[in-house]
Amino acid sequence: MERQPIISVKDLVAKYGEEVILEHVSFDVYDREIFVILGGSGCGKSTLMKHIIGLIQPDSGRITVDGDDISSCEETTLQRVFRKIGVLYQSAALLGSMTLAENIALPIKEYTNLPDESIDTMVRMKLNLVNLVGYEHYLPSQLSGGMRKRAGLARAMALNPKILFFDEPSAGLDPVTSSELDDLIVHLNRALGTTMVIVTHELPSILAVAHRVIMLDKRTKGIIAEGEPEYLKDYSQNPFVKRFFNPRAEGKALA
Amino acid sequence: MKASSDLPSIRYEISGEDDGAILHLYGAMDASSAGSMIRKIVPLIKDRRPATLEVDLEKVSYLDDFGVLVLVELRKTVTQWKGGFSLKNVGDEAKETISAVHFDAFEEVDLPFVRKYRPNVFIRLGEAMFRHISDIKYLVGFIGSVFLSFLYVCLHPKSLRADDTILYMQKTGVDALPIVALISFLMGLIMAFMSAVQLEQFGANIYVASLVSLAMVRELGPIMTAIIVAGRSGSAFAAEIGTMKISEEIDALFTMGFDPTRFLVVPKVIALVSMVPILTLFSDLFAMAGGLVVGVFMLDLTANAYIEQTIKTLKLFDVFWGFVKSGVFGLLIAWIGCLRGFRVRGGAASVGEATTSAVVSSIFLIILSDSLFSVILRYWG
Ligand SMILES: Nc1ncnc2c1ncn2[C@@H]1O[C@H](COP(=O)(O)OP(=O)(O)O)[C@@H](O)[C@H]1O
Ligand SMILES: [Mg+2]
Repeated sequence: MERQPIISVKDLVAKYGEEVILEHVSFDVYDREIFVILGGSGCGKSTLMKHIIGLIQPDSGRITVDGDDISSCEETTLQRVFRKIGVLYQSAALLGSMTLAENIALPIKEYTNLPDESIDTMVRMKLNLVNLVGYEHYLPSQLSGGMRKRAGLARAMALNPKILFFDEPSAGLDPVTSSELDDLIVHLNRALGTTMVIVTHELPSILAVAHRVIMLDKRTKGIIAEGEPEYLKDYSQNPFVKRFFNPRAEGKALA
Repeated sequence: MKASSDLPSIRYEISGEDDGAILHLYGAMDASSAGSMIRKIVPLIKDRRPATLEVDLEKVSYLDDFGVLVLVELRKTVTQWKGGFSLKNVGDEAKETISAVHFDAFEEVDLPFVRKYRPNVFIRLGEAMFRHISDIKYLVGFIGSVFLSFLYVCLHPKSLRADDTILYMQKTGVDALPIVALISFLMGLIMAFMSAVQLEQFGANIYVASLVSLAMVRELGPIMTAIIVAGRSGSAFAAEIGTMKISEEIDALFTMGFDPTRFLVVPKVIALVSMVPILTLFSDLFAMAGGLVVGVFMLDLTANAYIEQTIKTLKLFDVFWGFVKSGVFGLLIAWIGCLRGFRVRGGAASVGEATTSAVVSSIFLIILSDSLFSVILRYWG
C-alpha cells in the first residue's frame, strides 16, 4: 500500500519527573485513517496523546505530524500544526465564561473571514451535527457532562481540521448518542478525509469505527498489540488482548 | 485574512439569462474560502435578482460544511424574492456532506438563534434583590453551621482534623511572618520619620517612641496584619473551596458522610484565630524596631531611652485589646473566605469573583469591626 503516514511516532519515551510512563513506543498513523488507542486506565493513553499534539515534549524520540517535527520545540512549527488539528479533551475543556455558541464561534471568528450572520449559521450547523441546537446561550456549567462532551466535539471540528484527536469521546454519553457519535466520526472521515486518533474503551464503538488499533499496557510501558480490530478479536495470542475483545466469551470459559 | 482588501482569490462565473442564472464555482469550498465567497457572490446575486439560481458544483474540488454554508447563504438570498434554487453536478463526497448537515431540511433546523437573554432594568433589580436575600439567608445559615461544627468539635475533640489545622497554621502564620515583619518594620520607620519632623520642633523627640508604639499596638498593628492575612489567606481559602466546589469535591465529601463545614472550615478558622494575634504581636515588635532605628540614627536618642519610653507608654490593656481585636479579625477573614468559596457556582470565572470578593469583604469587615471596637472602648474603658 502506498498510504502516507500522517503522524509518525519513533522511539518515544515519556516521563513525568522520574516516573517512566511509556518506553520506546513507535507507530504510524496513516492519512485518512481512524486510529484507536486502547489500554487499561492509567497506562498512558492521554499522555501519549498529549505528546502527539505537542502539549508535552517527549523525554526522547521523535514525533512528526503532517511532516512537521513536533518535538523540535519551535513555536512556529507548533502554531502551524495547531491549525491542522482539533482536540476533544477528556473533560471537554469548554471555556466556562463563554456560552456554547461563543465557544464554538471562537476559532471560526479567529481563523475565517465569514460575516457575523454567517458565523451564527455556521455555529448552528455545528451544533446541529452534535444535536445541541437550542442550547446556544447555555454556559458549559449549565449542561450535563455528555452535552459538554458533544459541544467540545463541535468546537474541536469547528474548522474541519485535517486530524481530529478524541480523548474518550463516548465516556459519559448514552448508548444512542454514543452510536450517533460513531456515525458522525465515520461520516467525517469518509466525506472530508479527516484522520482520527481516538482514545476509547467502548468495544462496540471500536469495532464500528476503527481501521486500526494499538493497545498499550502499563506493565510493559509500551504497545502490546497493533492491527485491525477484527483480526485482533479473532486471532490475537495475547491473553489480555483476547480478553479485551471477547469479554463475554472469556467469562463463560471461566464459568 | 480578515480585512476585506486581501480576500484570498476565489473563482466563480455567473452565466444565463436574467430570469435564470447559473453560478459556476471552482476550487475548494472550505473554511478559508467561504468568507470571501459569501462576501463577494451574495451581493452580486442580490443585484441581479434572478428568478431561479442554479449552482454548478462540477469544478468544486473539495466541499465541507463551510462550503455548505455558502450554499445556505445563497439559497437564503434568492428566497428573499421567492426565487428557485437548485444544485447541479454534485459529487458523491459533497452529497454526503450536504446530507449530513441536513441542507435540504435546513429551514426546519433554522430555528431562531437563541441569543443571550438580556432582561430590563426592573427585572435585573428584582433578581439582584432576590440574590442578595438568598445570600443573606445563606450567610446566617453559614454562621449557624460554623457554630454547630465548633460545638461538635468542642464536645468531640478527636473529630478535629489536627494535621490540617497545623498545616493551615503554618501556611497562614509562619509563612506570613517575613512579609508582615518587613511591612511593619517599614511602617514603624515611616511613622517615626514623619512624626520626628514635627516633634523635633518642640524638642519632644522622645515622644516618637510613644507615638509609634501606641498607634501600632492599638490600631495599625492589628489592622495591617489582618489586611495582609486577608490578601494572603482569605483569598486562598475562597479559591481552594471554590475550586473544590466546582469539581464536585464538596459533594463527594458530603456523600461520604463528612460535614463539609467541619472538614474544611473549622481547621481554617482555628488556624487564623490563633495565628493573626501572634502575627500582630510580631508586627508591633517590628514596627517599634523600625521606630527605634529612626530614633537612634536621626534623633540622637539612646536605644535605652527609646525602649524605656515605649514601656512607660504602653499599658498591658492596650496589648490585650490589640490581641483580642486581631483574634476577631482572624475569625472574620476565615469565615468570609470560606463563605465566598462555598457560594461559587459555575466555572473558573466564578472562582475568581469569589476570591476578589473574599478579600474586599474581609477588608471591609475588618475596618467596620475596628470602628465598633473603638466605640466600645470609648464607652466602656
Ligand atoms: N501531570 C502528571 N504528573 C505526574 N504523573 C502523571 C500526570 N498525568 C498522568 N500521570 C501518570 O501517568 C500515568 C498515565 O496517565 P494517563 O496518560 O492520564 O492515563 P490514561 O491512559 O488513563 O489516559 C498514570 O500512572 C498517572 O499517574
Ligand atoms: Mg486519560
